Amino acid sequence: MSQSPSSYHTHISARHRWFDLNLREVWQYRDLIVLFTKRSFVVSYKQTILGPAWIFLTPLFSSIVQAFVFGGIAGIGTDGVPGLLFYLCNNAVWAYFSTCLINNASTFTANAGVFGKVYFPRLTTPISNVISSIIRFGIQMLLVLLFMSYYLVRGSLHPRWAMWLLIPVELVHLGLLGMGLGIIISSLTTKYRDLTVLVGFGVSLWMYATPVVYPLSTVADGWIKNLLLVNPVTPSVELLRSAILGAGTVYWDAYALSWAVSLVVTVLGIMIFNKVERTFMDTV
Amino acid sequence: MSSLNEKPVAIRLSGVKKMYRLGQIGGGTLTADLQSWWARVRGKEDPNIPVNMDQRLIGQTFMALNGIDLEVKKGEALGIIGGNGAGKSTMLKLLCRVTAPTEGEIDIYGRIVSMLEVGTGFNGEMTGRENVYLNGAILGMTKAEIDAKMEDIIEFSEVRDFIDTPVKRYSSGMFVKLAFSVAAHLDSEIMIMDEVLAVGDMAFQKKCLTKMREAATQQGRTVLYVSHNMNTIRQLCDRCVVMDKGRIIFQGDVEEAIEIYMNNEAMQGQWAEGQSERDLTTCETRSPWAEGKARIVYLKLLGKENALYAPGEKMKFQIRILANQTIENLRLRVEIRYGDDTPVGTMPGVSLGTVEAQTTRDFTVEFDPIGLTVGRYRVDMVLFELDEFGNSFDQELLLPAFRMEVREEQGLVWSPQNWGHIRFADATVTKLN
Repeated sequence: MSQSPSSYHTHISARHRWFDLNLREVWQYRDLIVLFTKRSFVVSYKQTILGPAWIFLTPLFSSIVQAFVFGGIAGIGTDGVPGLLFYLCNNAVWAYFSTCLINNASTFTANAGVFGKVYFPRLTTPISNVISSIIRFGIQMLLVLLFMSYYLVRGSLHPRWAMWLLIPVELVHLGLLGMGLGIIISSLTTKYRDLTVLVGFGVSLWMYATPVVYPLSTVADGWIKNLLLVNPVTPSVELLRSAILGAGTVYWDAYALSWAVSLVVTVLGIMIFNKVERTFMDTV
Repeated sequence: MSSLNEKPVAIRLSGVKKMYRLGQIGGGTLTADLQSWWARVRGKEDPNIPVNMDQRLIGQTFMALNGIDLEVKKGEALGIIGGNGAGKSTMLKLLCRVTAPTEGEIDIYGRIVSMLEVGTGFNGEMTGRENVYLNGAILGMTKAEIDAKMEDIIEFSEVRDFIDTPVKRYSSGMFVKLAFSVAAHLDSEIMIMDEVLAVGDMAFQKKCLTKMREAATQQGRTVLYVSHNMNTIRQLCDRCVVMDKGRIIFQGDVEEAIEIYMNNEAMQGQWAEGQSERDLTTCETRSPWAEGKARIVYLKLLGKENALYAPGEKMKFQIRILANQTIENLRLRVEIRYGDDTPVGTMPGVSLGTVEAQTTRDFTVEFDPIGLTVGRYRVDMVLFELDEFGNSFDQELLLPAFRMEVREEQGLVWSPQNWGHIRFADATVTKLN
């Protein structure tokens, strides 16, 4: 049999390998990841008056409301940190995790049109989702820094600057967890649509199981606290808050558990994703 | 080995099958899914898959592709034709890796650009230019490659004035033109196209075909083209595959393939090898009226063993006509058509004189299809009556009377694809000085 001298050879077989990441191919398509990321920003703010300002406005407004409801009315403490700042910081972290999860949960269904017509490494979409979530987080952090500078000048805030080095680590940690869960859900929704409904309110409920509108320190020791600690997002939120604002309680055993969960979820997610991406067009 | 076989392979499919499930997916099948999964885990046979997988239709499944073996050489322009549901698009989807085969192996040597549907990933909110970048990247180009080609793409697409307008404001034609341009400019070794030209205007379609033709002949790219438009297949492809019910039923010459695809129902005109006469007595009447006044009951090609002619050869045949009523002025019309019904030319009518009721009469007809050259044709014969006012009434439509092939014996090889089916007489040249 004669063979083409071309360096590109693709072999498609009915059999498939369980863990075939093919990161080299993803790297070849890096420009696509950049463009997908760009698109998510360009498209969301086209034909809006305020444009990208919405990235600031939504967390600001929800933090103000939370400061009134949870801080003002319910009187939940904020670990001695100014209320608005406490909520802004937590919301930025939670928003990062939840967008990673929610956006990826609809990977297959939302992109069915494109996926059904042309091949490119499917992993580019979840990756670009995570990257655009990181950028949004960065923008929200600017807002946090703006408010922080006021309190820093007044000397009423003591961030743990050395722990800021952990911020990128935590972004990877939460990104993996969110993406992993997201792609597992999206892989399953190609067949069973129930999960799409579940994700929407499931994530909003999950927020209450995470110290976002309250600090972990206000929860008394007991089964509720243990439950909160098993939640893999809890240690991350507390860790990031204690780094950024200097107020948070980190249980390192819970933190280690959280990492383990994240890694398992990621590996599992990629495996299922690989399995599903081959034929999802037939069932979606 | 012939020279064609020595060309490197671009695509090879061996034993490819694709199974789809019929009926609703999910909802009640979760149990079955778990059952199948549990059986697989234990290495046992899946209780939900029937035993003989080779049938096309088995209970809950449907074989969209049922054992495809195909080899496409580099630089070949391959047409794929077949009715709806024949499996053409499924095959292209497998090649584009949109979905995976159920069985079999596929090897692809080279980068593929697919145009299963142009404008994939186009986002209405983004401008033409932004979409070119995105679409190009989806098709596998890097940003640098797109930058280098941007000017050509815009030029080819003919939408320069609107390139910075969101594409949701484009007309469907502009949209397709832009999208096609992106795909056409991608550096790929293999281009796969599924009925993509339907929306562009005639001028643009022509431009695209030329571009693809160029890609195949000059740049040595492999083109796979699916279309229901036989003319574009003729213009573009040098080999053609006919698919039916998930199998390849023919591969080879384009005209032959088109004929096979077009003529499932008109097969009665097909003469066996070596046949040169045809008894039409028992044929149903093919008159536009309830009963025709006359009909052709016998047809014989004179001096031929089969309907194979050389270019420029005159055709001679004998026909026997049976009249039910007396017809004053009976005339014969001979039409020559391509396999897909497109007329090539017509001999508009020659008088057979008066035929009396209840008699049969034999005629020899000599007919010179001047200029008709290499190809496969269908010859139709029509008997019609011309009344004193010059109105004609068709009495018998013999569609087709027979099929014939004009084949080159030697000398110049005629390429119908590029030169058409008529060879004009040589021009007269006079030297002036």
